[in-house]
Amino acid sequence: MTELRADSTTDVVSETRAAAPSRPRRSTDWVIALVVFAVLATLPQLTSSKYLLDFVIRCAAFGLFATSLNLLVGYTGMISFGHGMFFGLGAYGFGLIMQRTGMPIPLAMLCTLLLTAVVAAGIGAICVRLKEIYFAFVTLAFQMLIHSLILSWVPLTGGDQGLRGGIPRPTFLGIDLANHTHLYMLSCALLVLGLLLMRQIAQSPFGYTLRMIRDNATRASFIGIDVWRARLTIFVLAALFASLGGIVMALFVSGAYPEFAYWTISGEGIFINMLGGVTTFLGPMVGTVVLLLLNDTVTRLTEHYGLVLGIVILFFAIGLRKGLMDFVVEWIAARRDNKKGPTT
Amino acid sequence: MDLDTLFNCLTSSACLVTQTTSGFIIGMLLFLVAVGLTLIFGVLKVVNFSHGAFYMFGAYFAMSAYQASGSFIVALLAGSLGTAIIGLVFERVFMSRVYGNDVLMQLLVCYAFVLIFDDSVRIIWGPEFKSMGMPTAFQVPPLFIGGGVVPPFYLLLIAVALAVAAILGLGLARTRLGKVIRAAAHNPAMVSSLGINTGLIYGGVFALGGLLAGLAGALAAPVRSLTPGMGFSVLIESFIVTVIGGMGSILGALIGALLIGLIRAFGSLGFPLFTDGLMYLFMVIVLVVRPTGLFGRDVA
Repeated sequence: MTELRADSTTDVVSETRAAAPSRPRRSTDWVIALVVFAVLATLPQLTSSKYLLDFVIRCAAFGLFATSLNLLVGYTGMISFGHGMFFGLGAYGFGLIMQRTGMPIPLAMLCTLLLTAVVAAGIGAICVRLKEIYFAFVTLAFQMLIHSLILSWVPLTGGDQGLRGGIPRPTFLGIDLANHTHLYMLSCALLVLGLLLMRQIAQSPFGYTLRMIRDNATRASFIGIDVWRARLTIFVLAALFASLGGIVMALFVSGAYPEFAYWTISGEGIFINMLGGVTTFLGPMVGTVVLLLLNDTVTRLTEHYGLVLGIVILFFAIGLRKGLMDFVVEWIAARRDNKKGPTT
Repeated sequence: MDLDTLFNCLTSSACLVTQTTSGFIIGMLLFLVAVGLTLIFGVLKVVNFSHGAFYMFGAYFAMSAYQASGSFIVALLAGSLGTAIIGLVFERVFMSRVYGNDVLMQLLVCYAFVLIFDDSVRIIWGPEFKSMGMPTAFQVPPLFIGGGVVPPFYLLLIAVALAVAAILGLGLARTRLGKVIRAAAHNPAMVSSLGINTGLIYGGVFALGGLLAGLAGALAAPVRSLTPGMGFSVLIESFIVTVIGGMGSILGALIGALLIGLIRAFGSLGFPLFTDGLMYLFMVIVLVVRPTGLFGRDVA
C-alpha cells in the first residue's frame, strides 16, 4: 500500500511538472518552427542528392496527413479509417482546379481547402455521432464511396488511370514550382506552417477539450461541452490538414491517382501514428520518417515487403506496445525519476 | 449508368432468375465469412481485420487438397479445418496478448498478419492467379428455372450456407455450449469465476470463425480465381455485411449478406462502374437511419 501511495504522489508531481511549462512554450513553438525551417531550407545548399530532397517532400505530404490524423486518433479518441479520403480529395481537388481553370496556385489551394471543408462538414455531421467501431466503419465506407466515385466518374477524374497530363504550375510571387528547389522549399514551408497551426490547435483550450472528450465524453457533456460540435470541428480541421498533405503530394507527382483515396492510405496513416506514438505531438512525424525509410529500404532489399513490414509491426504492437516517441518519452521520465528517487 | 439493361432484366424472368441466383451466391459466401466475423466480435469484442486472410487460406488449402486427392469433400475438409487451426493458433499465440489493450493495438496485430499472410501465400503458391476448376461431380448440365440458368453447384453452396445458418442459430440459442458462449460474450468475468475456461472459449470461437471463413473460401475456390490478395475485398464486404446487420447478430449477418449480394448482382447491370459504390452508399444510409445496424443492439 505504501508503495502504491508513493507511486501515485510522484505521478501527481511529475504531471504538474509536465503541465506547468506548457503555457510559455507556446511562443517557443514559433522559434522552433523557424529554426527547423531554416535548417530544411539550407539543405539544398549542403547536398545535391535529389533523393534526399524528394524524401523530405514525401515526408511533408505524409507527415501533414499523419499528424492531422493524430488530432482525431490521439487527441480526440476518434479512430478514423477513412481519413485518407481527404488526402485524396486534396490531391484531386487541387489537380482538377489547376488543370481546368488555370487559377493562381495559392488561390487554387484555398479553393481546395474550402471544398474539403464543405465535404468534411457534410460527412462529419453524419459520422461523428457514431460510437467507436461504427465511427471507424462509416468513415471507411465514405472513403470507399469516394474511391468508387473517383473510379467511376471517368470524364472528370480519368478513372483508374488517375489525373494525368501533369498539373500546370504557373509562377506566383516569384516562386516557380517547376524548379525542384522551389517545390522543395514550398513543401517544407507548408509542412512547418501546418505543423505549427496543428500544434496551436492541440495546445489551445479547445485542444484540452478534445482530450477531455477522449478520456470521458459523458463527463464532458455533463459540464456543458457540446461534444458533437467539438468532434465535428476537429473532424473538419483535421480534414483540412490532410487535404494540404494531398496538395503537396499532387504537386510532387504532378498528378493524382485513385490510390491516394484508397483505404490503404488511411491504414498507413494509422500505422504511422502507432509507430511514432500518439501521445506526443511529433510522434506521427517521427513515424512518417521511419515508415518511409523502412519502405524504401525494405523494397530495395527484398521482394517480401509484406512479410518484413508485418513482422516489424508485430514487434511494435506486441513487443513494444507503444510508439517510438511514447517509448522514448517514458524512458526519459523513468530515468529522471530514478535519478531523483534516492535524493527525495 | 445503364438503367435500360436493369429495367429489361427486371421484366424478364430468365434474367431475373439468373441475377437473383448470382446474388444469392455472393450473399451466401459473404454470410459464411461475415458470420465468423460477427461471432468473434460478439464474444471477444475484437474486430478481426485478418478475417479475409482466413477466407484466402481456405481457398488455397482446398485447391491444394483437391489437386492432391481429387475429392471435393477432402478439399472442403482441408479448407475449413486447416483454417480453423490457423485461427486457433493466431488467437492463442498473438491476439490473446492484446485483449484489453487499445483497439488500435488489436487492429495493428491484425493488419500485420494481413501483410504476413498475403506474402506467405505469395511465397508458397506463387503470385499469379490460380484456379481450382469445377469438381467433376458438378460438371453436369445446369438447371433451367423460369428460363434462367442455375448451375447445380450453386444449389449446393446455398444449401450449405443455409444449413450453417440454421445450425449456428439453433446451437447458440438452445445448446449448453451455446449458452456458455453467449454468457461469455455478456460477462466474461462471471463465466470465468464459475470455473469455465474462457481462454478455451475464446480460442474455440476464433477457430469456429476461421472454420467458417475457410469453408467459404473452399466453396468459392471452384467458382472464383485465387490470388494472394483475394481476402481483402471479401473482408471489406463482410465488414459492410456485419455493420449493416448489426455487429454480433447472426440473423443480421444473413439478411445483410443477402441484401449486399442482391445489390451487387443487380447493381452490376444498372451501374457497372459504381457497383461497389452502391454497397457503401447502402451501408451509409443504413447507419444514418439505424446507427447500430438493422438487428444490432447497442454494444459500445
